[in-house]
Order: sequence, then structure tokens, then C-alpha cells
Amino acid sequence: MEKLKNIISLTIDGQRITVQSGTTILAAARKLDISIPVLCHHPKLTATGACRVCIVEVNGIPVTSCTTAAEEGMEVITASPYIENLRRDIIDLILSDHPYDCMVCERAGSCELQELAYKYQIRTPVFRGERRIYPKRDGNPFIERDMEKCILCGRCVKVCDEVQGVGAIDYAYKGFQTKICPPFERDLSCEFCGQCITVCPTGALVSKPSLGKGRQQDIRKVATICPYCGCGCNLTLHAHKNEVIRTSSPKDSINEGWLCVKGKFGLSFINSPDRLKTPLVRKNGVLVEASWEEAFTYTADRLKQIRDTRGPDAIGGLSSARCTNEENYLFQKFLRAAVGTNNVDHCARY
Amino acid sequence: MSSQPIEIKVCLGTSGSAAGGEEVLRMFQHRISEQGIEAQIGRRCTPKKVGCRGFCSRDVLVDIIRDGNKTTYQSVTPIMVERIVQDHIVGGTAIAEWTVTDEYASFHEKQHKIVLGPCGEIDPESIDEYIAMQGYLAARKAMTRMTPDDVIDEVVRSGLRGRGGSGFLTGEKWKVCRREEQHPKYIICNVGEVNRPLAEGNPHAIIEGLLIGGYAICASKGYLYIRERYHRSVERLRIAIEQAREKGFIGPNVFGTGFDFEIEFSFGTEAFICGEETALMESIEGKRAMPRVRPPFPAVQGLWGKPTVINNAETFSNIPIIIGRGGEWFSSIGTKESKGTKVFTLSGKVRNNGLVEIPMGMSFRDIVYGIGGGIEGDKALKAIQVGGPSGGIIPTSMLDLGLDYENLAKVGSIVGSGGMVVFDEDDCIVSVTKFYMEFLQRESCGKCTPCRVGTRRMLELLTKITEGTGGDEDLRTLERLSGVMAATSLCGLGRSAPNPFLTSFSHFKDEYLAHIRDRKCPAGVCTALIIFSVNEEQCKGCGLCKRVCPAKAIAGEVKKIHLIDPDRCIKCGACFRACKFKAIKKQ
Amino acid sequence: MEKVLTKILDQHRKEKGSLIALLQRIQETFGHISEENVAWFSRMLDIPESRFFGVITFYPKFRTSPVGKNTITVCCGAACHIKGADKLLDTAREALGLSDDEDTTADLSFTLQKATCIGACNIAPVVILNKQVHAGMDPVKVTKLIKGYEREEFLGYL
Repeated sequence: MEKLKNIISLTIDGQRITVQSGTTILAAARKLDISIPVLCHHPKLTATGACRVCIVEVNGIPVTSCTTAAEEGMEVITASPYIENLRRDIIDLILSDHPYDCMVCERAGSCELQELAYKYQIRTPVFRGERRIYPKRDGNPFIERDMEKCILCGRCVKVCDEVQGVGAIDYAYKGFQTKICPPFERDLSCEFCGQCITVCPTGALVSKPSLGKGRQQDIRKVATICPYCGCGCNLTLHAHKNEVIRTSSPKDSINEGWLCVKGKFGLSFINSPDRLKTPLVRKNGVLVEASWEEAFTYTADRLKQIRDTRGPDAIGGLSSARCTNEENYLFQKFLRAAVGTNNVDHCARY
Repeated sequence: MSSQPIEIKVCLGTSGSAAGGEEVLRMFQHRISEQGIEAQIGRRCTPKKVGCRGFCSRDVLVDIIRDGNKTTYQSVTPIMVERIVQDHIVGGTAIAEWTVTDEYASFHEKQHKIVLGPCGEIDPESIDEYIAMQGYLAARKAMTRMTPDDVIDEVVRSGLRGRGGSGFLTGEKWKVCRREEQHPKYIICNVGEVNRPLAEGNPHAIIEGLLIGGYAICASKGYLYIRERYHRSVERLRIAIEQAREKGFIGPNVFGTGFDFEIEFSFGTEAFICGEETALMESIEGKRAMPRVRPPFPAVQGLWGKPTVINNAETFSNIPIIIGRGGEWFSSIGTKESKGTKVFTLSGKVRNNGLVEIPMGMSFRDIVYGIGGGIEGDKALKAIQVGGPSGGIIPTSMLDLGLDYENLAKVGSIVGSGGMVVFDEDDCIVSVTKFYMEFLQRESCGKCTPCRVGTRRMLELLTKITEGTGGDEDLRTLERLSGVMAATSLCGLGRSAPNPFLTSFSHFKDEYLAHIRDRKCPAGVCTALIIFSVNEEQCKGCGLCKRVCPAKAIAGEVKKIHLIDPDRCIKCGACFRACKFKAIKKQ
Repeated sequence: MEKVLTKILDQHRKEKGSLIALLQRIQETFGHISEENVAWFSRMLDIPESRFFGVITFYPKFRTSPVGKNTITVCCGAACHIKGADKLLDTAREALGLSDDEDTTADLSFTLQKATCIGACNIAPVVILNKQVHAGMDPVKVTKLIKGYEREEFLGYL
């Protein structure tokens, strides 16, 4: 009941909407399917208000919709010519300090800045001048950090801090020279969860292993579940021809789009020549490829043999958190009922 | 013989000390004790230090008060002390040729010293002297006879507006914070550059103002935010806090009212952005001083997320006066919307550089010519930059404009923290604007796009113009940039950053165009646009220019006309300054 | 070394000071803030090193390389600027034999700094040598100040 009191109504581009107090103008507009461009905003991170692209007009004054809370009776205009011109110029300013190399950029096709440049048709910026140049590249094995492409939205800093709890990077220096970097500009040395790549709106942070392995439009996306642990994160494999070159995760999944180092960078085994593709059975001390049929029969025979000669308690079973509940249920049932032992355990028992 | 003691007041502000005030004071102490002056003239004779009284261009200033008559000596050096002691203190005759001239009187005459009044009069390190001039009476009155709301009402009635940044009504700000139910609350005093003389000359007024403010909004903790580099200010404030604590004016149970109040220093480091309230709070919290988005406003959610009031030291210095003499009295000074006085550091090409306090509404003409004594070397006044780096540039045509919040806003400037720099005909407006932009882009925190990239782009364009490579389209780009920055920057720094350009461009368009279309710098400042040559009629062939030229660009035999090789000339101007016959032309 | 650091840490914990206050204390003690010291305090306080680096590089006062025994600061505020602060800076550079990207002499005797307005506009241009403010400076006075100081220092050793 308390919450009902805090309902407020406002109009956005002439449409009325009621929202909880505390809702930002941006969130309210999205409810109405009115799109407002953003760069620094990320729904899972605290507001920054740095890029200024999401400005809207309230009483003739531009305010950032991602940080301004909706108020009772507010009248918001999201795309007046005045606002659109300002927005265009802000994007123009960002582009004036951004390399013009979309043609070779890994992010081309999924870059938020490129999208906005397209939307506002900025071929060459009106504002021109010096651009930040950083010759030295980060030597870490996973994350390509091209800080010349960084628009200082701060999403990577926040995801590292607020979601991952690591704080491997932060803003450094100030003014035009502001740069996001590891302490003392050392090479990145962190968990390499790659969350920063996930939230980066531009090509400033991309996955190193996938560099040069395929353009966005040639990528086939395959939905799957991460094979590593019991969290069962939803995973989208990005395959080029028949090779998985990188992964991502849908935002509306149980893992909210976040992945860890394994899900992000640990899938290269798929194309490894050493990968096991059939069961192996040891014959005369040597592992030999076998069919599933043969392997199952061999295992069943051996288990029976051991149970009959040594008793059921000579057998124990360890299951995996990676398996589903149903599979785990069946496994313990198998050991208790079929084998006849209580020696069953699970790696995530605690 | 009268037994009234003799007082010797030596100015030991930043400027007084820089001019050797400490040695002068030591010399007085030494002479007086050594020669047994007190015994000789049969009365007490106390040399003491006082804060800055504003007339800094003639430091060290020394007041001798003998038999109720005050004589002020200017430009005193330790060597002069001996004679002052002998002739004046012992002999009773002032040394006329060393005393201040009429300028000193006209400098002070037009000022209205409310907060600066005690500066230069009392010993800033003595709480007793402050108390003797009714110090801490206002705090006592507020806490024992007024409710916090009464105090706020009195401040509202006074019409006092913040003496830093935006000029928000102080009382209203306090009211918002007072209404907040969250505790604890904090009150912060920002001691900025221009507040240094206040902290050095009368630190107790700041402490008292902070105390009253704390009581009004129910904050039990006050912060003094000050750059560590301001050693003297820090020292004087530290002494003042200790003395006030000893007297029970701060600490637990102030004046027996049950109100507890503590003051703590928070040492900032050099960063212009810390003048912005939310950046300042970030800095106190130990973070990078990058401004926060608002709302929420600091009065609702400020330091450590708690309701917080921030004012600067000048605002707080006004508080004891308002409580003591009443808001009504205070509001009788100034203009309709801008009450009271404002302290400015008057500097640049004006004759009397110094610290001045003027009633709101005084015209620029009165400030520059009345108080400032006109332009150095009788050159022509060109413009006045008011309000600090992001203030506006005011042309001579607006000399009669009354200085207050409204008028300055109208002409695209701000009162700011109170910088006032005077330019004369030798200053190039484009170059001056470029200087301010250089400062602002260096001080931009880098958080939001318009300010971070915009200030840099503006600087680049202004640089182009001063180097003679600008075009008409650059002016349009500058205007467009100004529009985006003013409308969309996150904080006041970015929003006001275009002010110097916008104001100077609207008043000095011709000068911009001269740089662009004629490739000329009319003031002869922009080195890329000037050429040094020898005026053959004036040249005596003395060879001085040849000797001082660091680039070996001047050739000529003795007693024959010299010539400057324009390809070699690095335009340093050494020859121009050295020539005794005005034979070097600058075009 | 560890002892000194622990002392700073204890005091910091006692005062519940901010990161800036801690960095100020480290710099006061060692003259600069080294990478090793940051690593140590980061470990002890469980604050990421990146946070330290961010604050250090934001405020021009903090430095990560050793500072000279004496510090000369040239104020470059507006009033000082129009009265020739740039020339003072060049002069000081020349007198100290510093190149454009150096701020400290090789023998660590002097560090040259720029300051934004120090609030002494009325006595511009000013130069601050250690803690002493020198008013109304010109290139000749700056050279004298530096040379004089060098000589005094020299005499001091005799």
C-alpha cells in the first residue's frame, strides 16, 4: 500500500505514463517504447551521467534522462530539434577524439557509437582537433585495450567494481588526458572475466583471441549453456564458419548476461585437435577409441564384477554440479538402488 | 606625558610577508626591547602582526598608533625601522616622506569593509582581540536567544547570497538542509584562493560563522576545506580553532546549550574543480574530484550521502555580522537583489593592486578608477575580467555597470569567487581568452563529454586564431561549441567555460577579425602575428639590440643602422624592451 | 621501511582519514608516492591499487617520482600570467638546466612546479620557493633567487 502512494504521472512526447517515484525519465520513456540514445548508461550499473547523449528537454532545459528522476506533472520532450542538434554535436565531439578506423574495427556492426554516428549521419565531424594517441598496447592475453577508442563512459570501471568487485581499472589522469587504465599503466592483471568487454559500447575493449577472425555479419550465433559449472549460464556462441571465435550471453538470462573467464574465454577447446570426440577404453594399457555402446557395456560389466566380488560398498560415485537436478537424482538412485551403496557425493554438496 | 600605549601594527598577510613583513616586525621588537624604549618614553609599546588590509602594492604597511592618531607607513623595510622608532615612537614626529600618499585614502574611502574591516586591525592569532570587538557575541546570541529557525529567518531576511559560484540564497539553502530529517548533517566551509586574506586576517569570523551555520541546520560537524598549500591560512585557522575550543565555543555543550560542534580540517590539493560543491565533497571523501549529477542536491544528499551545506569563507564571515546587527541592517547595503558587500582581488594593470570590499552595485568605473587609482602607466583601460577564469570579459563601454549578481549574469559573466583582472591597451583579448581557455581545459575533470572535449577544441581554435591560421568558420565553430557546452555540461565549470569567449567575442569582434582576416594582432601580443623591425630614423647604432638578441638575428656595425633578419627573429621582444631610443618597431 | 609504513597506516586508521589524506601523508614522508608503497597500502587497506592511481594522477600535487630538495613554484594564474609568468617559468627552467619534460634536476636539488592561482594576484607575479612567497618577480630576480639559493646551500656544506 505504501508503494501506491508513490505513483506519479508524467507525459513524454505527449504520451501519459504513470511510474513509481524514483524512476528515471529514461526508464519511463523506455516503458513507452520511446528510444533515447545512450552511451554511458547501462541498466545493470549505477548512473554516471557522463556522456550527455541521453539529454531530453524539460521546461526548455536539457537534462540527462538517465539521471533525472521523473516528477509528477513533468512534461518531457525527447527529440525536439534543439535537443537533436545538441545530441548530434555531443556525438560529433566524441567522434572528434576517436580514430576513424571503423573499417578495421572489431566492433564494427555492433558498436553503439557507430550506430549513433549513422543515426545522426556524421560523416566527418564539424569539430576537429587533436586526438589522444597511445602507442603502447596492453600485453595481457585476453583483452585488447585500445584506449584511443575509449569514450570514457565508465561502464568498464563500474562493472569491474560493482558487479565483479575487483577494481582492476579506474579513471586516471584528468581532463582531455583522462584514461581508463590499470594502476601505474601496467598490463592488465585481473580475473579476466571479460565483463568489461561485454559492457563496452565501442571497440575500445574487445576479445583478443577473436581478433581478425570474422565480421559481425558473418557470425552465426548459437544459444547454449556454458559447459563449465553448475551455474549453467546461458551462453551464445559466436561461430564464424565452423569455429567458435567468441561468446556472449543474453541479458535476459538467469546469469543476466554476465559471464566469467571460463565462459568468456574458455571455449577454444571446441576446435582443439586434442579434444576427445569418442569414449576411450584402455586395452592392454593403451587408451583406444570406442563406441558409446562398447564403453557403456564395459563400464556396466566392470561395476557388476566389482560389486559381486568386493561388495557394493567398494563402489562410490561422484556426481557433478554441471549436471541437471534430474541427472543427479538419477545418479544417486542408480548408486543406491542399482549398485546398492550410499557412497555417493557431489562436488557442490556444501 | 600621556601613558596611553603605543601600538605598532605590521601587515603579515601573504603579500606583507612576501615583502619582508616578518623581518620588519622582528626589527621593531628588537629595537624596542633592546634600547629600552618603553622605559625611555614611559609607556607600553607593542609591535604586533595583523592581517592584510588590501593595499598590497605598497607592502610592508606599518601602522603606528600614538596618542590615538594612526599613521601608516608604506613600503617599510627593516632599515627604515630604526628611524621610525627614533623619530616617531620616541620623538613623536611622523616621518612624512615615508607615510602613505593620498592613494591610500582613496583606495579605502570607496570601499565598504564589513568582512574585511577587522583584517589589518586585529591580531589574527588572538581570540581576545576578536572577543574585544564583540566576537562570538553573535554566536552566543544565536544559540541562547534564537531557535535554529530564527537564525535561518534572519539570514533569509538579510538577502545574503553565496559568495562563491552561483550566488544561491544562503538562507534558503540552509532551510532546505534544516528540513531534512536525516542525521548526521554536515556543514562545510570552502576556503578558496580569494578567501585567504580572510582566513589570515580574521579567522575567528569564519569559525563563528561556521558555528552559527552548524547550529542553524543542526549539524554537529563542520569541515574547513582548504588547500594544504595555504600554510599561513591553515596555521591561523588552526590557532583560532584551538583558542575557540579552549573558550568552549566549539566542542561539547557550546555556551551550555547542549549543542555539540566540532570543526575538522579537510586538506584539498590544487584543483580548480573543487570549487564545485559536489566535486569538493568527492574530494573530502578522498576520491577524484569529479562532480556528481544533480539532483539530488547536497542539501539533501551531500557529504557521505548526508544532508550538507557548503558555503565559502566569505559567506560565513558575513554570518556573525548578520546575526549581530540584524538581517535588515545587512540588506540595507547593496542593490535590490544583491545584498551586502563583495570582496574582490583587484589585479592586473591597475595602479593599486589589492584586496577590496565593495558594496554590491558599485560601478566598475568606481572600482577601477576610484579604488584602483586608474591604469598603470596611464595607459588606456581595455577590459575587465570578472568572476575568475570562467567569468566574462567586460569592455570599457560597460564601465558604469553596477556590479551585482543580476547585472553580471546579464552580460554573460558571474560574480564567482571574486577575481577581477584589469587589462590595458597592451593586452590582446584573443590571447587573454586563450589563456583562460587553456586554464579551464587543464582544470576540466574529464568526466563529461562537452567539457572534456569541448574545452580542448575551443583552445585549439583560439590557438589557431592567435597563430594567424584561423578562418571565419572557426568563429562559427567556437560559437557552436559554446552553445553545446553551456547547455549540456555536467557542472558549472563546463557550463561557464565558454563565458570568456562569448563575452570577449561579442565586445571585441573586431579584434578577432583582425587576427583572422588581416593576420594582425592589434595589441602586438600574438608573436606569430608581429614583426620586429628597426626604425632607421631613430636608430643610433648603439648595438644594444644586437647584444641582447638571443637568436643573433640583428646585424649592424657600431654607429650604423642595425637590421633585423625576420627569418632568424624568434620574436622574443628583447630588442624592443632594450632599445633606449624606441628605434625598434613592433607591428 | 615497513615500520614507517605501519606508522602511517596506524595513524590513518586512527583518524579514519580519506585516501587523499593518506596519500598526502605518504608524500610528506617520502617526497613522492612509489608504486611499491601503493601496493603495500592497497594490500593492508583492501582498496584496489587502481583507486590509488586514479587519485594520484587526478591531483597535480601528487607525484610518483622523487622530488627535489627544494621546490620552486611559479604561479600561472591570470594575474601572474599577464605579468609574465611564462617568462619566469622559462627563466627558472634555464637557470636549473631543465628540459621541457623534466621537472626535477638530476641531482635532486630542485623541483620546478607550476601552480594555478595561489590567490596572491595583488602581488603578481609570484614565485614560491619552498614555503616562502616572493612577490613582484621578474626574470632577473628569479635567476638571482635560484642562484643565490644554490650558493647558500653550497656555503652551508662548508
